[in-house]
Amino acid sequence: MNAITVHHYVILSAALFAIGFYGAVSRRNAVAVLMCVELMLNAVNINMLAFSRYVTPAAVTGQVFTVFVITVAAAEVAVGLALVINIYRNMNKINVDDINIMKW
Amino acid sequence: MNGFWTQFAFYVLAVIVLGAAFMVVSLRNIVHCALFLALAFIGVAGFFILLNADFLASVQVLIYVGAITVLILFAIMLTHKTLGAPVRQANKLSPLGVLGAVGLFLVTVLTTADTQFIARTSMQPADSTTAIAQALLGKGNYVVPFEVASLLLLAAMIGAIVIAREKDE
Repeated sequence: MNAITVHHYVILSAALFAIGFYGAVSRRNAVAVLMCVELMLNAVNINMLAFSRYVTPAAVTGQVFTVFVITVAAAEVAVGLALVINIYRNMNKINVDDINIMKW
Repeated sequence: MNGFWTQFAFYVLAVIVLGAAFMVVSLRNIVHCALFLALAFIGVAGFFILLNADFLASVQVLIYVGAITVLILFAIMLTHKTLGAPVRQANKLSPLGVLGAVGLFLVTVLTTADTQFIARTSMQPADSTTAIAQALLGKGNYVVPFEVASLLLLAAMIGAIVIAREKDE
C-alpha cells in the first residue's frame, strides 16, 4: 500500500454505496431514505471520478458525467421531498411501513 | 498519488466519510442524520480535490452542502411530528438490507481485486474547468445532454412547486 491506486477508490465507493443501500432499505422515515439515496449517488460520483483520473486522465468524460449526476440528483431530491411533504400533509405520517393505502 | 500526505489525506477522509455515512443510517434523531450527511458531503468534496477535480469539488460543496442539505432540513422541519418519539428507526426490511449491502460490497471488492486497470494515457488537462466547459458547451459532444439537463431541472422545479403547494379551495 505504497500508493493510492484506483482500487482504493473503488473499494471506498463500494463501501459508501453499501452503507447508503442499507440505509435506503431499512430506515423508517421517508426523508431518511432520500438522504441515503444521496449517499449512494455520491459513491457513484467518487467512482466515476476515480476511473476518469486513473484510467483515462486525458478525457474529462467522468467529470462531465458527474456534473450530470449531481444535476439529476438535485432535481430528484427536490421532487422527492415535495412528495414527502404532500404525503405528510394528507396522512400526517411519513413512516414508510404505514404508507400502504395502495396495497391490495 | 505516492506522497505520504496524499495517503494520509485519503485515509483520514475515508474515515470521515464512512463514519458520517454510518451515522446517517443509524442515528435516531433525523436532524442529527442530516448534519452528518452534510459532513459526508464535505468529505466527498475532499475526495474530489484528491482526484484532481477541483471544479467538481466546488460544485459539490455549493450544491450538495449548500442547497440539498438545506432542502432536506426544510423537509424535516415541515414533516416533524411534535409528540411521540419513535422507538426504533429500522423498518421490517432491515435484515435484507444488511444482507444486500454486505453482498454488494463483497461482490464489488472481489471483482475489483481481480481486475487490472491500465491507464490509457497519462496526461491530465491542466485546468479541469476549461476542459469540462469545452466538453459541455464547446467542441465536446455533450451540448444536447446539457440542454436536456436544463429541461429536466425546469420540469423538476415546476413539478415540485405544483406538488408541494397549499391547495387553496
